[in-house]
Amino acid sequence: MIDYHFDWSVITRNWDKFTDALLLGLGLAVVSLAIGSVIGLLAAYARLSPRKWLSYLVWAYVEFIRCTPLLLLIFFLYFGLPEFDITVLDKSQSFVLSLSLYAGAYMCEVFRSGLASIPKQYVEAAKAIGLRPLQRQLYVVLPVMFRITLPAVSNNLISLFKDTSLAAAIAVPELTFTARQINANTFRVMEVWLTASGLYLVTAYVIATLLRLVERRYAAIR
Amino acid sequence: MSEPPLLQATNVRKHFGKVEVLKGIDLTMRQGQVVSLIGASGSGKTTFLRCINLLEEHDGGEILLDGDPIGYKLAGETRKRLSETKISAQRARMGMVFQQFNLFPHLTAAENVMLGLVKVQGKPKAEATDIASHWLGRVGLGERKDHYPYQLSGGQQQRVAIARAVAMQPRLLLFDEVTSALDPELVAEVLGVMQALAEAGMTMLLVSHEMLFVREVSHHVVFLDQGRVAQEGRPEDVFDHPENERLRSFLGRFHGLFGR
Ligand SMILES: Nc1ncnc2c1ncn2[C@@H]1O[C@H](COP(=O)(O)OP(=O)(O)OP(=O)(O)O)[C@@H](O)[C@H]1O
Ligand SMILES: [Mg+2]
Repeated sequence: MIDYHFDWSVITRNWDKFTDALLLGLGLAVVSLAIGSVIGLLAAYARLSPRKWLSYLVWAYVEFIRCTPLLLLIFFLYFGLPEFDITVLDKSQSFVLSLSLYAGAYMCEVFRSGLASIPKQYVEAAKAIGLRPLQRQLYVVLPVMFRITLPAVSNNLISLFKDTSLAAAIAVPELTFTARQINANTFRVMEVWLTASGLYLVTAYVIATLLRLVERRYAAIR
Repeated sequence: MSEPPLLQATNVRKHFGKVEVLKGIDLTMRQGQVVSLIGASGSGKTTFLRCINLLEEHDGGEILLDGDPIGYKLAGETRKRLSETKISAQRARMGMVFQQFNLFPHLTAAENVMLGLVKVQGKPKAEATDIASHWLGRVGLGERKDHYPYQLSGGQQQRVAIARAVAMQPRLLLFDEVTSALDPELVAEVLGVMQALAEAGMTMLLVSHEMLFVREVSHHVVFLDQGRVAQEGRPEDVFDHPENERLRSFLGRFHGLFGR
């Protein structure tokens, strides 16, 4: 360890691989968050539905996901689905499906508490001007809910971005997988892992900062 | 044949659980009339307004707006609640202003006024913008139309809420203690707007504890006591000649304002 001589040329030589891998990871996170948000929103409404069976179904989904390691879900979908002759998904798609289902459960909880926290006066004001039920959701409840939940959604995006490193386990060439490969080819352990960590850190920090700006832009409600 | 009254409530009943809150209320309002409901806390004033605007379902009696039953249709003997869409359409014929303003927090003053014009009445955006500017000007907030609710004082928010309700040109405007949540120095600006509306011929049903204002602006005053109309009449009669014992003691609380 004391004799370790840093040679950063390995990084510059492989820089394009690093950035491609980073962008892939970001893409996986953003797509999963988008799909997960749709799942989460539908699930949140289902959870609050007066139909008991629907509410329980969603509860079971959320608890199942929350109590299972994400890596297991990834393995299950990647290795398990083909056993049922479902082979339409490549490894990135399979991973996005896993991460979306995972994100959906967490987003469900975020949106559910967001919906529950909307003061009922806003809904009554919307009723009083004659908005129909769907319009009340579209023009009053959801816009307010998205503003309330924005900080939690931002946190989820950052977690999901870091979770994309698990895709390495099924050889999706994102940052962790790529770093491991470069490491295996060059044995520049420190340089490679320090760079990968640095890229995760900087990216997560940039996302957080950007989202904080968005949050401030929408701080119109307190 | 004369036109039906603008609002006719007959024997309206409402209970929450076992407690009967409205025990058969009758009220008739003609177009252009200003009617005030007064009464002690818990006497059912808010509940009655909310029944009219269908925020609560009344369990007995009938409420007619321009002759149409509100909230229910009769299927033989039994009453059937109308669909939410029909109920929304009925609500659009009335406006309501709340104690806590209830402005949509994510919309500017102008957007608050425009939402119903565009989405409920289907007006083009340009026209809705003009209407919103007009009404915000009328309530003295022409300069503030691009402000968000959190950037406005309570009195200003309440005036936006009034503009939002009148801009829809409702047949009837309901006001539930709209100055109770305001700092005392902001009450006058809101009452001023309401007085102007009354003078412009708006039909208004108000719940208020501002007795001097009620007396000045109302054509008819109704005193509710424990879910019943205990006395009603012209403001002079109700305030200067309270026959009902409970009304006398109720007015006595606004010490020095009346009688004696
Ligand atoms: N949603 C509800 N569930 C149960 N009871 C209710 C509900 N709303 C009102 N009540 C009860 O009904 C009664 C009448 O209430 P209401 O709000 O109509 O009175 P009010 O005359 O408006 O009083 P205040 O002057 O305090 O506003 C009260 O006893 C109240 O506790
Ligand atoms: Mg009340």
